[in-house]
Amino acid sequence: MILVTVGTQLPFSRLIAAMDHITDSLEEKVIAQIGSQSEKPLHMETVAELTPVEFEKYMSNARVIVSHVGGGTILTAQRLKKPLIVFPRQAKLLEHRNDHQLDTARNLDSLKGIYVAWTEVQLEELVQRNDLIPAGSHNSKERVQLVNRLKLFIDE
Amino acid sequence: MTKRVLVVASAGGHWQQLMMIREAFDHHDVLYMTTKDGVAQQSGASPFVIVPDCNRNQPFAVAHSFFSITKVILRYKPQVIITTGAMPGFLALISGYLIRSKTVWIDSFANPEVMTMSGKYSKKIATLCLVQWEDLAKREGVEYAGRVI
Repeated sequence: MILVTVGTQLPFSRLIAAMDHITDSLEEKVIAQIGSQSEKPLHMETVAELTPVEFEKYMSNARVIVSHVGGGTILTAQRLKKPLIVFPRQAKLLEHRNDHQLDTARNLDSLKGIYVAWTEVQLEELVQRNDLIPAGSHNSKERVQLVNRLKLFIDE
Repeated sequence: MTKRVLVVASAGGHWQQLMMIREAFDHHDVLYMTTKDGVAQQSGASPFVIVPDCNRNQPFAVAHSFFSITKVILRYKPQVIITTGAMPGFLALISGYLIRSKTVWIDSFANPEVMTMSGKYSKKIATLCLVQWEDLAKREGVEYAGRVI
């Protein structure tokens, strides 16, 4: 199963439309959490707003997760060790108020198991691949560094 | 020495970033503050309080949220406040500033090129202001001390 999520705050019809189109030629089931978009996709199953627990259940059952560049989704994919394909929102298409998703995507491109689709064509290629590796370790040296800095701050 | 530490994050990505740095504070006397029921329970984070969410486009919601947050802070009297954002976390830093708590703002890793608006303001009031990307830290004149991913 492929899980598509756009977060709960803003609609992202370009990603939903692209995934709906791709789903038409797939044999795999695709479930989409479409946020506040009113128009329903034709080929994907949709779910309403989920509680965090329910949402995590869907994520655990997915082969791959397709998402906007949401911080929460990235961390959850890493924790659950799922391959993650991200498709950035763009301010010029009125998909967000600024381009921080493009900026984040550029900085994530080297992370293990996180794949950036810059275009609809790349998105389709990535979804059809069966060699995607799970998103990587949760225990980077950067994370340990941050924890140690905060410990020092609390104690000083 | 155990300290009273208030940790604040809005539900969603901000909360998940906070959960990534739990070892920094979970041996202290911690109170968790978030914006949605179910979030803290799922992470086994207790004790916790829920405060109303808000963003800068909703002045009345901001006032309401600030009032609730300040009430908690006056009662708990945290020695340290740690937040990963967003707006409610920033409001907690303001209340903490008023009662002289030590405060730290950690700007979201999902903003690698430009600091968030709350982050920029927190430079003025937080004891420590961290961003999660080295180049951004240089540009903004704040500290980089690692990243949750």
